[in-house]
Amino acid sequence: MTAPTHATATFPHRHLLGIEGLTAEQISLILDVADGYVEQNKKPNKKTAILSGLTQVNLFFENSTRTRTSFELAGIRLGADVINMSADGSSVKKGETLIDTAMTLNAMHLDALVVRHNASGAVKLLADKVNCSVINAGDGNHEHPTQALLDALAIRRRLGRLEGLVVAICGDILHSRVARSNIHLLNAMGAHVRVVAPPTLLPSQIDRLGCEVHHTMKSGLKDADVVMMLRLQNERMSGQYVPSTREYFYFYGLDYEKLEVAKPHAVIMHPGPMNRGVEIDSEVADDLKRSMILDQVELGVAVRMAVLDLLTRGRRGNAE
Amino acid sequence: MTTTSVNAEARVAYINARLLDPATGLDVHGALLTEGETVADFGPALFRDGLPPDAQVVDLQGQCLAPGLLDMRVLIGEPGEEQKDTIKSVSRAAAAGGITSIVCLPNTDPVLDEVAGLEFVARRAREVKLVKIFAYAAATRGTEGNEITEMGLLSRAGAVAFTDGTRAIASAKTMRRALSYARTFDKLIIQHPEEPSLASGGMMNAGEICTRLGLTGIPREAEIIMIERDLRLLELAGGRLHFAHVTTSESVDLIRRAKARGLKVTCDTAPHYFALTEADVGDYRTYAKVSPPLRGEMDRRAVVVGLADGTIDAIASDHIPQDQDQKRLPFAQAEAGVIGLETLFPLVLELVHKGHMPLVKALALVTSRPADILGLPLGRLAKGGPADLLVFDPDVPWRVDVGQFQSKSKNSPFEDRPVQGRPLRTVVDGRTVWQREA
Repeated sequence: MTAPTHATATFPHRHLLGIEGLTAEQISLILDVADGYVEQNKKPNKKTAILSGLTQVNLFFENSTRTRTSFELAGIRLGADVINMSADGSSVKKGETLIDTAMTLNAMHLDALVVRHNASGAVKLLADKVNCSVINAGDGNHEHPTQALLDALAIRRRLGRLEGLVVAICGDILHSRVARSNIHLLNAMGAHVRVVAPPTLLPSQIDRLGCEVHHTMKSGLKDADVVMMLRLQNERMSGQYVPSTREYFYFYGLDYEKLEVAKPHAVIMHPGPMNRGVEIDSEVADDLKRSMILDQVELGVAVRMAVLDLLTRGRRGNAE
Repeated sequence: MTTTSVNAEARVAYINARLLDPATGLDVHGALLTEGETVADFGPALFRDGLPPDAQVVDLQGQCLAPGLLDMRVLIGEPGEEQKDTIKSVSRAAAAGGITSIVCLPNTDPVLDEVAGLEFVARRAREVKLVKIFAYAAATRGTEGNEITEMGLLSRAGAVAFTDGTRAIASAKTMRRALSYARTFDKLIIQHPEEPSLASGGMMNAGEICTRLGLTGIPREAEIIMIERDLRLLELAGGRLHFAHVTTSESVDLIRRAKARGLKVTCDTAPHYFALTEADVGDYRTYAKVSPPLRGEMDRRAVVVGLADGTIDAIASDHIPQDQDQKRLPFAQAEAGVIGLETLFPLVLELVHKGHMPLVKALALVTSRPADILGLPLGRLAKGGPADLLVFDPDVPWRVDVGQFQSKSKNSPFEDRPVQGRPLRTVVDGRTVWQREA
């Protein structure tokens, strides 16, 4: 069986550690390949054998259900042998252990290693020690590249393009790797990015990454094509960053009223898991016309298949 | 047990030298004679009428001869963390770096907050007997910032000043008391100027690079407001205050103005704050994780200006050894600190080679001026003074090779940096304790 599209294009990086540094062409290539896998995933027989014989390990130092499952499905559908390893944070406090883990896995001749870690830069630290391809499934507050790619794919499929769109990213930007990856990707693709949050949830000089900074939903959502909501963790709403859940929802929770200033066709996204009634109203989240939250989940598998496919092309080529 | 008194009256004549005395600005061709542990005489006209017959003669062939360096900020891992550095390894590293005296921080395990701790360090230093080792005592018990230590008894046991070292004295009340009480013994209080509640959890300088890397930032203001506060407390309490490793342009401005007002305040910085910036963190290089964090380019330049105009009184290596286990970690989890004993001198010389100041002035930052701050009779060429000397080549180009360093820990951010100038011979109390192999 032949790969759906762009079957022979090559990707110039061995790892996918972040969006920062990728060109528009490289991003488009991933999205184009992913488009093909979206169609394949709708067929009864979703499997191909292009990664047959290759070993993929999902190494998650942080709990995750949806991202890990999505990567697992992606590997299985491409025919790879997939193994999940979870390591709870406490047992991996020592850096030697982190690097030792990498060396141990490396000795097992893996082909792809998918890593999530709660420390920014930890995935890069691992990538420097192994011979296989490493995919960052989220490192601290740094990057979560496949999330940004699947968001971009969802937008492109719904609105037909990325260039020129106004995208408002709302909520806890400070602690969000999703926000950082999205800012880099949307800038590379020529979209206009806004971040909307109280100043306590914005990192220093975030505007330097290429975005407008807004502190009210009214100005931030005005004429927006896309509204991306971010999850706000409960422990951050008890006076540390915002005074209370009630106050946060009043000013930053997405509901129809706040959405009125956005463009009529504006779509709503959320990387999940959602806190209904905190950052997003249930009615809005479940509005099939506007919410793309389930599309995001569906497209996540296709994007991860595309990334696994592209990153292993050189390796598969060499093997033949 | 026999003592090595045989060399007590040994005379060594260093001839054909470029004599440099930063305390007086002397920079002439001449000679110097040591007698036992002291400098007997020096000057351009010395030995004009012939060499003394009983002296060992060392022909320096025009190389520089200056007082040995005084490094006023060194953390030794002993006691408590001997895997990082010991008094012996630090002494060797210092000697190889042209440093004849070091002052060590109290942040050992246990903390140097009692007489017994100071005595332990002094005894180990005597046993190792390479460079002179002085110690600060903690300003507060356990460096916990609450109760002041027995400053009088600790001074008698040799504490040269009081500081909580790598920790800030956070409470304004404690700082006021420490400054007041230290006046009794005319001792200096040294502050690590960083407001802990603003810096807590921070990993690098707040700003664009930090935001891109997804790390938690430490704002420059954490340093600035602590300096502002402490200058007020100094006016209130009197005494003498020294700020360690200042890194921001506002810090330099504040101290410049305070000095103009006549406050008894001094400060130092470390080479990484004038030779590196936050950009050197690059892709999570943990060797560039230091406390306070590396700042931006404008701050780096302001530090250079502060050094050139005399606002910053001294340069200390801020040697903080960390072994691989503490550095081969994700950035957030890695310990802060860099080694610096063997790069201090070439990095100070960078200021000269880049045209920021003349050689004698740069030398003063690591000799007579820190000695004056601490009230130690060191860091100058003086008849009858200690024969603590450094022979060096100010120009020879080389690349930093951490593998050759004597320090047990190798956490230097300067690996492979091209530098100019290096020590050739280090003399402590008239004895050559280190000499570069030809």
